[in-house]
Amino acid sequence: MFGQDELLSIAESALKFVEADQAEAIISVEQSALTRFAESVIHQNVAESNLHLTVRAVVGKQIGCATGNRVDAAGLRDVARRAGLLARSSQPNPAFSSLPSPLPITPAEAFSKATAASTPEERAGAVETMVATAKKARAIASGSLSVASGELAVASSLGIRAYQPWSHAEAVIIVADESDASGYGEWQGKDIADFSPRQAAETATQKCVASRGEKPIEPGEYTVVLEAPAVADLLSSLNWMGLGAMAYQEGRSFMCDQLGKKIAAEGISLYDDGHDPRLFPMAFDYEGIPKQKVMLIEHGIAKGVVYDSYSAGKEGKQSTGHALPPTGAYGPAPLNLCLAPGEATLEEMIASTERGLLVTRFHYTNSVSPRETILTGMTRDGTFLIERGKISRPVQKLRFTESILKTFQRTTMLSREVKLSMGCLVPALKASAFTFTS
Amino acid sequence: MIGPDIARKAIAAALKAGASYADVRMASEQGEAIAMKNGVVETLTSSANEGLGIRVIAEGAWGFAATNSTDNQEIEETARLAVRIARASARLGNEPVKLNEVEPARAVWKSDFKIDPFDVPLEEKVKLLKEVDRIVRRSPKVRVSMGRMVFMQEEKWFVSSEGAEIEQHRTESGGMLSATAVEGEEVQRRSYPSALDGYHALRGYETIEEMDLPRGAESASQEAVDLLTAPLCPSDERNLILDSSQMALQIHESCGHPIELDRVFGTERSYAGTSFLMPDKLHNFRYGSNMVNINADATLEGGLGSFGYDDEGVPAQRTDIVKEGIFSGYLSSRETAARLGLKSGGAMRAESWNYLPLIRMTNINLDPGDWTLEEMIADTKHGLYAASTKSWSIDDTRLNFQFATEAAWEIKDGSLGRLLRNTTYQGITPEFWGSCDAIGNKSSWKLWGIMNCGKGEPPQGMHVGHGTAPARFRKVKIGMIKED
Repeated sequence: MFGQDELLSIAESALKFVEADQAEAIISVEQSALTRFAESVIHQNVAESNLHLTVRAVVGKQIGCATGNRVDAAGLRDVARRAGLLARSSQPNPAFSSLPSPLPITPAEAFSKATAASTPEERAGAVETMVATAKKARAIASGSLSVASGELAVASSLGIRAYQPWSHAEAVIIVADESDASGYGEWQGKDIADFSPRQAAETATQKCVASRGEKPIEPGEYTVVLEAPAVADLLSSLNWMGLGAMAYQEGRSFMCDQLGKKIAAEGISLYDDGHDPRLFPMAFDYEGIPKQKVMLIEHGIAKGVVYDSYSAGKEGKQSTGHALPPTGAYGPAPLNLCLAPGEATLEEMIASTERGLLVTRFHYTNSVSPRETILTGMTRDGTFLIERGKISRPVQKLRFTESILKTFQRTTMLSREVKLSMGCLVPALKASAFTFTS
Repeated sequence: MIGPDIARKAIAAALKAGASYADVRMASEQGEAIAMKNGVVETLTSSANEGLGIRVIAEGAWGFAATNSTDNQEIEETARLAVRIARASARLGNEPVKLNEVEPARAVWKSDFKIDPFDVPLEEKVKLLKEVDRIVRRSPKVRVSMGRMVFMQEEKWFVSSEGAEIEQHRTESGGMLSATAVEGEEVQRRSYPSALDGYHALRGYETIEEMDLPRGAESASQEAVDLLTAPLCPSDERNLILDSSQMALQIHESCGHPIELDRVFGTERSYAGTSFLMPDKLHNFRYGSNMVNINADATLEGGLGSFGYDDEGVPAQRTDIVKEGIFSGYLSSRETAARLGLKSGGAMRAESWNYLPLIRMTNINLDPGDWTLEEMIADTKHGLYAASTKSWSIDDTRLNFQFATEAAWEIKDGSLGRLLRNTTYQGITPEFWGSCDAIGNKSSWKLWGIMNCGKGEPPQGMHVGHGTAPARFRKVKIGMIKED
């Protein structure tokens, strides 16, 4: 760990080397490790120590970015020189006014000592527990257990000084048997001490056992009960279909012409909250601007999109603190999405379903028509037919082609319990008339 | 920092710590990316990145550690960490890792280029993108005009405890443009030369010059606008002709991934999935029709999947994958090939120094046939000609796929008809390739470069190539999107 003072001091040194009107330096330091297992054997086991320095230089309305992974004097000087050079060689962007000015930042609790101190031996021990749980059911386990810790610092010539240490841990387990039945378990959190390998493995093993003897089912429209990983997959896709201001301003977003209108069922409230401790908290964005809690959909009504300083400037608004690193071209995006819970339990959702499908997770989802939020993908690792309020049998994987917004319009129940999956905090969800195409 | 001396020290430290095998990859990379949107340079980035990754076998199991540090002591620390990690892996090992034999190479390999892209003034590149933007935005219905160029150079050393010392230099260049037209709630995009990152090659700036972006801008802009009012692709079963850029995606997803031998052995199950092409199918499974011949060739000049040696030091080679429709070979590594008693196919590649090499595609190519595109269309009574990837999805064993294209034209009685929007098609891999009844000739064959092939945990992006001509498939299910 560099620590706040040293990392910000390095960022300030980088700024001093930049020949430009304005400059910004972002330093991201990361120590990560991942233990991967398949067929009940650890086959890939890696660790990495690295950092990324990004300098954005502004000359008039011309902008250039440079990156590097050295922060000795030569490294800082090289990145600063290249950023300045590109800015001077670029062309003016008339819509750009200025890098943002500093605002007070409320710190977020994002770091875990246990995660940062995780050892290869501890990770192997957790994998042993997961494999042993699967073996009891005459099945094999595959998956990964990863930990990462780091520091993010942003400094600018306009006085921004932002620093945050962070941690991230994640486990995925698929339990499969000789009949190709499989089940899925996962866990995400900032503190590895909260992870129970036995619990994740038991979830996946139970799903695998319940999936034995799966048979095909006719595609068509079904009521679906989507467990948290499946809901998180829908939200992650929706994110890139237009929850940021750039897509909205370019007319590509499903939110265009919809603000203030009802676009989902009453129970659907979607927001981004960088300070919710149940996610991976971020106190500020990659411009060092504090993250605001932004309501995107409230009780089914479209409320807004998220902004960085550039997109906010185009509309005379304030940034909501959702800038991504300046080297990309996605524009702003929410990174801490939460779908508000409902009142039901998963059991109640199943019990209230006359005929439908219970979906554990989706696989390889991809947007077919972003403006209509149409997505396609497969089910995987646990899909079950529900008949007369009970799970009647496992079914083979199916392909769906469906609009996410229409699924939200047809949502009839949401679970009380929420889970962190794919970085989104989500409940399980029940919706009618969900289309499976093959 | 780059050079063999430091790698030798790291290997010595790993062997001293108990490794029975060690290899080191050191790389220094530089890149330049320019993206122009609606006439404004939106991102302009110069990137640099270097470091070293150490892969070891200790107690019969794998360990890997990587660092960006240039400090000798920290590098030796990293080597010891790799050994410690390998020992932790051994707690849950099976059989000790076995690598098949490879002659340790001492070699220097450089990719070829005519014009160093980093020598071309930025102003010239921006001027070309400005011209493209002007053409793309001729219609007011084009709300977003985008042009992009990406250049990369890499210098890499591979040194192993078996005595290999290999130095490789790569230069990549590529670019694309797209027009996004918007009218009411309808949004349509057309790209050139393809939607999958455009066109990229293991070559220099001549790649950009030969692409003729201004010519592509004209048609992309017009077709994006035309798509706004085009009828929806109907739900039907038709003979489908895919243009060569969509064929690249078809090969990538339904052939390139299932032939990765690590997937076959289940080691990717927890992320991307497995494969339907299990070893019992090798040399006796009908993958496609008699005319389907597919190879993996890392020696193709200019291919994004070309190199001198893979990241295990195995020489680049050409492997038959499908011969006259029969499944005939895998992409493999030293460890996975040994399990089948084969020689390594030389397909181990890592995104960069900080990643573990995995089995990745090289250039996966469909041999040309003898049809012209015009003959294929003239020979089709009731069909569809679909072009440029819009969306892709395939199941975890690579059997059930559904792809969407940016544009498609109806074919009626041997002639191209009306343009259709939101075209989708789906199929089951061997049935689909089994229905292939026409493949374009050499003059319509093109080697495409894909920049964003994803695999592994942590996820790694890879640059791969696909050489192919247009091809026709019989009775394909189309039109999965229904009108409200």
